[in-house]
Amino acid sequence: MTLFVTALVTGIGLGAMYGLIALGFQITYSVCSRVNFAQGSMVMLGAVLGFVLTQRAGLPVIVAYPLALLGCGLMGMLVELCLVRPFAVRGSEAWLMATVAGGILLDNTVLFTFGNEPRSLPSPLVETSWQILGTGVFPQQLLIPVAAIGCAVALQLLFRRTRQGRALLAVVQNPDAARLMGINTTLMISGSFALSAMLAGAAGLLIAPLFSVHSDMGTLFGIKAFAVAILGGMTSAWGVMIAGFLYGLVEAFVTTYLGSSHTYILTFALLIAVLAVKPHGLFGQAALRKV
Amino acid sequence: MPMRPSLTRRLMLAGAAALSLGTALPALAQDDAIKIGLVAALSGQSAKSGEAITRGITLALDKINGDGGVLGRQLELVSRDDESNPGKGLIAARELVQREGVAAMIGGLDTPVSLAIVPFANDAQVPFIGPWAAGTPITQNGAEENYVFRVSAVDEFVDEAITEYLVSEYGSQKPGMILINNPWGESNEKGLTKALEKRGMKHAGIEKFESNDVDVVPQLTRLKENGADGLFLVANVAPSAQVVKSLDRMGWDVPIASHWGPAGGRFTELAGPSGEKVHFIQTFLFTDTAHPLFVALQEKFPEIETLADVTPATGIANAYDATLLLAAAIEKAGSTDGPAIRQAMYEIEGVEGVIKTYDMPFTTDNQDALGPEDYIFANFVEGEIVPLTD
Repeated sequence: MTLFVTALVTGIGLGAMYGLIALGFQITYSVCSRVNFAQGSMVMLGAVLGFVLTQRAGLPVIVAYPLALLGCGLMGMLVELCLVRPFAVRGSEAWLMATVAGGILLDNTVLFTFGNEPRSLPSPLVETSWQILGTGVFPQQLLIPVAAIGCAVALQLLFRRTRQGRALLAVVQNPDAARLMGINTTLMISGSFALSAMLAGAAGLLIAPLFSVHSDMGTLFGIKAFAVAILGGMTSAWGVMIAGFLYGLVEAFVTTYLGSSHTYILTFALLIAVLAVKPHGLFGQAALRKV
Repeated sequence: MPMRPSLTRRLMLAGAAALSLGTALPALAQDDAIKIGLVAALSGQSAKSGEAITRGITLALDKINGDGGVLGRQLELVSRDDESNPGKGLIAARELVQREGVAAMIGGLDTPVSLAIVPFANDAQVPFIGPWAAGTPITQNGAEENYVFRVSAVDEFVDEAITEYLVSEYGSQKPGMILINNPWGESNEKGLTKALEKRGMKHAGIEKFESNDVDVVPQLTRLKENGADGLFLVANVAPSAQVVKSLDRMGWDVPIASHWGPAGGRFTELAGPSGEKVHFIQTFLFTDTAHPLFVALQEKFPEIETLADVTPATGIANAYDATLLLAAAIEKAGSTDGPAIRQAMYEIEGVEGVIKTYDMPFTTDNQDALGPEDYIFANFVEGEIVPLTD
């Protein structure tokens, strides 16, 4: 029973995190069929900015965290402007490598400016743990799924209920027609990269108190979140979120019941098996290509 | 005005002669010094540890040169950065031996880097002294003529020491292992298994985790469910902190005996107050600011203000003693010839280091100057490493 509850708590916490970061891949992919492979570095940037603004500049959380997210948003726009757009307009797929390189560049810049020592971002929500059914849980861990689901709902509302959201959807459905209808598609694409980076930054701020803040903290998250986005089908926000939870739970249950040496072998083997059966992911739809 | 090419040629010749004279003079001066090579990570995540080694060697060289040098010549340090990369470490070692003509090398912060340099040092017959990396096979490398020595902890001895600590201090009968998933973790898995087998004890499980794992609760819960009454921890600062945080979350208060990983950084900041519960080994500790080596450090490096600025002191002390031992061997050998220095290493007597006084510290069967009896158990108290007294 203890093992089961442990795996469940760990799995939901990690899964929500993967889902939140993967949501960022889903947004830009839906809008322009491209993603920011530096997403892991955006997670790190959120946490590092959060640390610098609260611990070094002494700003209160209520001011510092929105500023950190703003910083991530601007970095997302910069990535789109410098690493995606120049290649996309020429029909080249080199943005793929450019965003990977951009991530490495950012990680190393942070290494030299922020320092090479991991630091701790304090939070009152990790000071005491609550004991539930034989296992412990930090309040911060419960905050992550709440925030992740909240973000998914907010995105859904943004797309369905607001003018900007509908404009984004129009770009998704037919960029040329959207442009003819007076929608600024360039701005919409740029905005989607900003939103994507902000989600990753939020994930970084949420995970930092449970982890430590350092320049390569986001790398593994970025890779796993991309796997989750593929598993969820790239086009469905809810699909990606559910895939995040599934991935987190499988990872936690394998570690708990079979031991950590099996975790990566089994989770990634399972991922390949699922994609072999459902090539467009669990919740994705095959794109129609008109000839 | 007509050109005068002959003058130009003469000028060029004069210039060339002046240039060669200018460069030849310092070269002559350098030829007199005995070069000691250093290969260590001087940049990247381990840069702080590399800095500690450099500081230790620098202080020792100042002392030796101040006392008149070795064989009447000054010792000179030539440093190369291996960036914790075995390939770069090997290239650096080759360059130090073949181009710089060093008499001996000190170095190796990471076990994989040291292991890459070991065969080269043995082939080139250049003594290589490790002040840090603890991997057992570095000195126990199977070479017929072994040129690799060490003044540092050794995994196998550390594993024996931390096993003895858990058993004698806490009466542990079934400890569990939580180890980082890399060659360092593997090396200690072997050592710990051996130490437990020696005592006829069983373990509660061997769990591995990645350096970027956020949540180690599943692994720890498995150990707890299997009846672990103590934990062996082998990992660097940040991952060790994740283990402590996970234990906090579980509300599991269990004795932890650790390798020296937590000593290398801001452990209690990362792990929180429970970080003080982790007991780990060290080869040396500064207990007060009046220690002569600490005073010398402050004089040489004014940026050092408190004891917290010299963590890990182990790296400084190991490198300091290693340099003194090397200088003593060169003096005894009466030459900078590799095989002669190696032979003299086995005959060192009465060298007063900061860790201890060394009398015959090396034999052909044991090329490690420090053993379990030299280890000190310590923990963090308010950000400083202090020795544990029982």
